[in-house]
Amino acid sequence: MARRNLPEINAGSMADIAFLLLIFFLVATTMEVDGGIARKLPQKQPPNAPPPPKLKEKNVLEIAINRNDDLLIEGTQRADISEIKDIALEFIDNGGGEGNKGVGKCDYCQGGPDGVIDANSSDHPNKAVISLKSDRGTSYGAFIAVHDALGQAYTELRNRAAMERYGVSYQALVNQQKSDKSQKLRDKISAVKEMYPEIISEVEPTGN
Amino acid sequence: MSKFKKQKKGLPAISTASLPDIVFMLLFFFMTVTTMRETDLKIKQPTLPHAHNVQKFEHKNLVSTVYIGKAIDGSDKGDFIQLNDKISRVGDVKDFIFMKREQLQEEEIPFMTTLFKADIESNVGTIADIKRELREIDALKISYAAINENDK
Repeated sequence: MARRNLPEINAGSMADIAFLLLIFFLVATTMEVDGGIARKLPQKQPPNAPPPPKLKEKNVLEIAINRNDDLLIEGTQRADISEIKDIALEFIDNGGGEGNKGVGKCDYCQGGPDGVIDANSSDHPNKAVISLKSDRGTSYGAFIAVHDALGQAYTELRNRAAMERYGVSYQALVNQQKSDKSQKLRDKISAVKEMYPEIISEVEPTGN
Repeated sequence: MSKFKKQKKGLPAISTASLPDIVFMLLFFFMTVTTMRETDLKIKQPTLPHAHNVQKFEHKNLVSTVYIGKAIDGSDKGDFIQLNDKISRVGDVKDFIFMKREQLQEEEIPFMTTLFKADIESNVGTIADIKRELREIDALKISYAAINENDK
């Protein structure tokens, strides 16, 4: 059989083709990864549902934002957005009494500043409810700023709790979850979450 | 003299044989790190708020995005809602979620998240209306889009 010498294929245009594809992907795709502040909506109640049990006044921290984005704490005290985190921290971490579900006293809470327990503040982190009341005209930016401050307060408390119990911060545990899918790690995270459950209730906005 | 002439002549052409390899490498890099742009915005690009407590999504196909912002020409002061590729009203949110649900497996539905990409200037009322709709159809997981301050 006669073997002919095959001519070499010209690869000079390969670069052009690759450039074309590259530019297509540059144009058609985005780099950003979406992220957000995760919240859960309450389940819709059937119309004949029994009214929810009344919460003790001291277990509810009421934060109201009006249409000018001013903040009002517990209906009386005006506050700045930068103060929200500390107010929430103090309120959640008060630990003045027994918790829900027979948890008993909060032995990991540190109370307010200097460890003082305020009798008029929350009993236990799992009873502490933060109620966020907004107006329809409230700007979304202010609304998110409050949500973020509350989220930061919970993250800080969870970090501390995880640090005490496992020697690593809560955020480190959550980050580990990306590579480590073990049940043990998941149990740890949910245990910390259980210590400081995020209970934020959004009241239907007022006004029109 | 003749020595100089010889040197001038002898410049070899730079080989471009490895150029495709380099470009392909770039191409694969971009293919892996980027995601497809899904929608064209019909409203003004919302300015997202900044926050510290941002969680990233692991499964992008479980996220349905609701855009809320101002009109593109700024003529109308009210908030506009964009679902998929068109400006919509609050009442369309249910259908939008139902449509998203159809594309997913049954067991994935409880993990679906609705992401609000809203402008910082928009009103809480608009979002509250959408949330009420979402509650009615049991789409309870929501997320407020924000730019992670910690990344900076």
